[in-house]
Amino acid sequence: MSDQEICQPENMVYCRTALLTDAPLSYCPGCGHGTAHRLIMEVVEEMKLQADTIGVAPVGCSVLAYDFLDIDMQQAAHGRAPAVATGIKRLMPNKFVFTYQGDGDLAAIGTGETIHACNRGENITIFFVNNGIYGMTGGQMAPTTLPNMKTATSPFGRDVETMGHPLKITELIAQLPGTYFVSRQSVHTPANVRKAKKAIERAIQYQKLNKGLTFVEIVSNCNSGWKMNPQEANDWMEANMFPFYPLGDIKVPK
Amino acid sequence: MKDIRLMKGNEAFAEGLIRAGCDGYFGYPITPQSEVLEYLSAQKTKERTGMIVLQAESEIASIHMVYGGAACGKRVTTTSSSPGISLMQEGISFMAGTELPCLLMNVVRGGPGLGTIQPSQSDYFQAVKGGGHGDYKMIVLAPASVQEMFDFAKLGFELAFKHRIQVMVLSDGAIGQMMEKVELEEQIPRMTDEEIIKKYPWTTTGKTPDRERNIITSLDLNPVKQEIMNRKFQAKFKKIEQTEVRFEKIMCEDAEYLFVAYGSSARICQKAVLLGREKGIKVGLLRPITLFPFPTIELAKLSKQVKGMLSVEMSAGQMVEDVRLSVAGAVPVEHYGRLGGIMPAPDEVLNVLEENFIKEKNYARHTV
Repeated sequence: MSDQEICQPENMVYCRTALLTDAPLSYCPGCGHGTAHRLIMEVVEEMKLQADTIGVAPVGCSVLAYDFLDIDMQQAAHGRAPAVATGIKRLMPNKFVFTYQGDGDLAAIGTGETIHACNRGENITIFFVNNGIYGMTGGQMAPTTLPNMKTATSPFGRDVETMGHPLKITELIAQLPGTYFVSRQSVHTPANVRKAKKAIERAIQYQKLNKGLTFVEIVSNCNSGWKMNPQEANDWMEANMFPFYPLGDIKVPK
Repeated sequence: MKDIRLMKGNEAFAEGLIRAGCDGYFGYPITPQSEVLEYLSAQKTKERTGMIVLQAESEIASIHMVYGGAACGKRVTTTSSSPGISLMQEGISFMAGTELPCLLMNVVRGGPGLGTIQPSQSDYFQAVKGGGHGDYKMIVLAPASVQEMFDFAKLGFELAFKHRIQVMVLSDGAIGQMMEKVELEEQIPRMTDEEIIKKYPWTTTGKTPDRERNIITSLDLNPVKQEIMNRKFQAKFKKIEQTEVRFEKIMCEDAEYLFVAYGSSARICQKAVLLGREKGIKVGLLRPITLFPFPTIELAKLSKQVKGMLSVEMSAGQMVEDVRLSVAGAVPVEHYGRLGGIMPAPDEVLNVLEENFIKEKNYARHTV
């Protein structure tokens, strides 16, 4: 059977979502951001939410997210996305409002905005990509950098005595009464992609209930910052990141 | 029947917001402007007009909430006082870079640092010269009465949306805290989402099939495009300088000497003008109402008429630089300021005028 015979609409089981633009993704090969983008847009498309979605892009690797997602978007200052999303959602309560943030953005400079948006129970969704490093600025230590992990600013490994401990921000915000659904996933294998998509679907569906903030962490890799090829980075992530940041739902509605 | 009330300046501004069709206020308490958030909270604005009032966890969060709402085309605002406004500079710069209209008020107190809670005008530079990073300007309105605190809420929103710019009401602790009679205008309705989408097609209100996605961002890594964008901003500021200058002239027709003062200082100088006239000194007052754009042309005209100008400010000398630039050496310009939250008295500033310009005290020859 030729390719032409196989590639017929009736045989199509999976295709690229229409809600991703034609712009080539600017992420490093093997990085999880591209998959995370695609999953969110797939769910927005499947739920027919394009006209009702307003996204907030961060500062960091995904600062150009609005180039790739075919929805209305605002770019926020470093760490301030939850405050920006609060302003949008309070004034446009019927819209689906989400932020997309990295660990430096969400767990360092934006800790205050994150904690308080969660604690107020803002009816927004936060997608949090955690690769344990500042990717865009050159691989410096992040709040989520593991103990003894080497980065540009911890070249001999993160010394918790002097540099502090990794911040389990997701467990922290799960304790707050304002969060309604908190989940941690990854996108490095097909099985994990399916689980992550399910969590994203739930987060978006729950936002319609107006019962509080929904939060999906995606533990991901940073091949460039970790100085590994994609396969090595995924193996390292499984061996080192997942024990510290275990995957699965952390808070689910009763 | 006219709605006339006795109100604090901060309360009048808050009532002005409600009646100007404001959609959202995101604020954080700080003395001497906490009455704005307190008044709005007590007014049950959600029931009254649908206006959202939210106390943020910080000034940084509040200005970024304003950013989010402004990008949706809503009439949004925050207020603060000096140290809080410093924290907001990040967000104000981002709004300048994205041309988002918003209204801000700084009820200035003495600084630098934690300073004092007494009134001051030492944030002039921060307000009119940019404040945050990058080349930008805001329209700055300087109220000198409780009535203007009310009026400038509506005017501020109108100017903000007319030019897609940030408008700051630069008040101070005296204007914010004092009580005066104020005549309240009728309430105008808030715009509906449909009206906003039609009137402001740039807003992020959800991408519909009839248009491309709207992106609110100040990022463009291409320096050529950034320069083009910056030149567009500068052209806008130039147009504002040509069209939006506001000022008040008091007894300037025959003036031989001129006070230049805004806000509380202008109120003090207004009295000093009367005291001076009683003594036979032909003195007038030019009160800038907009500090950006500055009444440069009017001051240049007056420099051909008067023998000297005294810039009276509750600062170490900030606006005086703009006065001197305006008159370009045509006439002596001096500065008098009290610092750290102290307000000068009318006879005090009149004495300074006399000391600087009429040392021989022979002003009797100027009398009619």
